[in-house]
Amino acid sequence: MAIQDIFFYLFAALTLLCAFLVVANPFTRNPVTSAMFLVLSIISMAGLFVLLHAFFLAAVQVLVYAGAVMVLFLFVIMLLDLKEETARTFKTFGVVTGILSVGALAAIAFRAIATSGVGTGLQPQAEGSTRLLGRLLFKDYLLPFEIVSVLLLVAMVGAILLSKKDIK
Amino acid sequence: MHLTPVGLEHFLIVSAALFCLGAFGVIMRRNLIVMYMSLELMLNAANLALVAFSRFNNNLNGQVMVFFIITVAAAEVAVGLALIVALYRKRQTAHVEDLASMKL
Repeated sequence: MAIQDIFFYLFAALTLLCAFLVVANPFTRNPVTSAMFLVLSIISMAGLFVLLHAFFLAAVQVLVYAGAVMVLFLFVIMLLDLKEETARTFKTFGVVTGILSVGALAAIAFRAIATSGVGTGLQPQAEGSTRLLGRLLFKDYLLPFEIVSVLLLVAMVGAILLSKKDIK
Repeated sequence: MHLTPVGLEHFLIVSAALFCLGAFGVIMRRNLIVMYMSLELMLNAANLALVAFSRFNNNLNGQVMVFFIITVAAAEVAVGLALIVALYRKRQTAHVEDLASMKL
């Protein structure tokens, strides 16, 4: 087994384990723990991106998600008083419906992947180097790129407006 | 355990499992912030599938798509968390069970 395969199984297991601990940690209900496991899950997913030769996206993933988004989450958790969350238990009805519906979803997805033969005969080729990606981004996708920058501005104004003390 | 060389299917299976975990979190957890984190997991699952498709089909458009998804997700998190804070200020709660005033 090649070293890449070993790393794939390592990172995939780490990603899924940490994702499970985000949504259903058996030891604690604390949102801060969930946030920390989300960071771990996202960093191991950046490892998977590196295995797919998407180096730029791996760096962006760590910077944006593990950096900016998680800081935002932790700030909001600090801002809100979520102590009582640890005292709450899961509703049995919610757990059962969750397992049933998600189990059906998982069955459909896995069956579709297994039977479609989607990866047969495909060799990993594409290199996600920053140069190629940047060229594509600033040539073919220039208009979406600019629109997304406007979207970020809108989101910033909206977030500031919503967090103001006196919303009209 | 028989381990075949890693191909597109392996990445897609990880992506599907991650998406299901995120959906499970959204359905099961009742805390708005943890539900939001589960939403992020689902977005990341889609990102992983797109990057895998991009690599195995020798087409970089998938990675550009992921770039845009990450940007939109960051904007969405900023606005969503601001909404949660505003809601908490008005109602002193971040639990969906306590936010049922529109229920019949």
